Amino acid sequence: MPSFSHFFHILMDTKGVFFKAMLLTLELTVVSILIGIVIGLVFALLKISNIKILELISDIYVYLVRGTPLIVQIFILYFGISGIFLLPDFWAASLALALHNGAYISEILRGAIQSVDKGQFEAGRSLGMTKTLTLRRIILPQAFRRALPPLGNQFIISLKDSSLAAFISMNELFNVATTLGSNNFDEMTYLLIVAVYYLLLVALMTFVVNRTEQKLTVSDR
Amino acid sequence: MDTKEMIKIKQLNKSFGDLHVLKNIDMTVYESDVVCLIGSSGSGKSTLLRCLNFLERKDNGNIIIEGNEVNPRTDDLNKIREKVGMVFQNFNLFPHKTVLENIIEAPIMVKGVDKEKAIIKAKQLLKKVGLEDKSDVYPSKLSGGQKQRVAIARALAMEPDIMLFDEPTSALDPELVGEVLTTMKDLAEEGMTMVVVTHEMGFAREVADWIVYMHDGKIIERGTPEQFFNHPKEERTREFLTATMLK
Repeated sequence: MPSFSHFFHILMDTKGVFFKAMLLTLELTVVSILIGIVIGLVFALLKISNIKILELISDIYVYLVRGTPLIVQIFILYFGISGIFLLPDFWAASLALALHNGAYISEILRGAIQSVDKGQFEAGRSLGMTKTLTLRRIILPQAFRRALPPLGNQFIISLKDSSLAAFISMNELFNVATTLGSNNFDEMTYLLIVAVYYLLLVALMTFVVNRTEQKLTVSDR
Repeated sequence: MDTKEMIKIKQLNKSFGDLHVLKNIDMTVYESDVVCLIGSSGSGKSTLLRCLNFLERKDNGNIIIEGNEVNPRTDDLNKIREKVGMVFQNFNLFPHKTVLENIIEAPIMVKGVDKEKAIIKAKQLLKKVGLEDKSDVYPSKLSGGQKQRVAIARALAMEPDIMLFDEPTSALDPELVGEVLTTMKDLAEEGMTMVVVTHEMGFAREVADWIVYMHDGKIIERGTPEQFFNHPKEERTREFLTATMLK
């Protein structure tokens, strides 16, 4: 084990390069979460559409994504799609992460939507609101609120999953840590340093999710 | 005498799977009538009410609202629902919106009413149901009786011609029933056409123009409160009344 002063020394020395890597990790995560939410919402709505073929499409998507490792999905997008048209590394990684997260998010949202009391939908309809309007104005805001704790969980998972982008040579946190570690024959120090950065990001993310939750649940208090 | 027919139902049938819940129902509700649907649980009275708002689809028969036969497949049900307000047993207020937001939501989003105007109207309605000081609180802060009065105001904000009440006091603590019934009575006195599913015999006797007694998916007897409570014709009705009064 490295001594604390050695760890601290390296931590300060490498803060520039790690900070840059942290920004890339953050970018990958945020972009993939945002796209993932859109994908997740679309497939959640397909799943509850009561139209067999659309439900099936949603089922197949969720099955394929949950049934294969993320690293396989990243490689397929990176090597497979790049053969058809040029997909920049960042977008190959982001899209793979987004498609992956989208499946989990769709299940989270579907559950949350279905947990909203049926009476809410009937109340909207009885006031002359269309299905879409009721969904948008009445059901989804309540569903999002309920989905927030599991979504926060999923966001943290996707932050850590972004480390797999290292395997398609994205210079995000994990890649920088392993590269510097092996160059300096000092893997352990750099792994501990990168752990600190991940913990920082997770703390930040937890804070944002908690604040959002507080804001959205103001009506319960 | 040419009172307007607000609702006319002819030979309405409805089944849930093998369960035949509404059997050849015929009913007419005239303008400004207050009709109380009574009967034991499972008699089909709530289903009948929900058919009037097309929250349940009829199997066959005709539903004529204000002179127009409604075909749920082809007609714009949202347009019809604008004219037919509904109050639910469980209030179904929107928990993520304040009392005021609950009331102005549909007028603004459905009818395209100007927000300022919708707010003025909402405040008038809140005053009418005695809750003008609650406009900015969330439903979770209200008692059951207050929630139901907000729900009534919310339905009235769409300026419906007909109001349907589905056991509006059944989920309330006994001491809160009165305030809701008073609001409904005021509404009846203003001439609103109302169909009320209820177990409140006192309210039915006092406010209703017509009592309709349902049992096992059929209308057994109908009459004025006087006829119905004092001189019931059917044996089944007498049994029901005896059982109810003994409580």
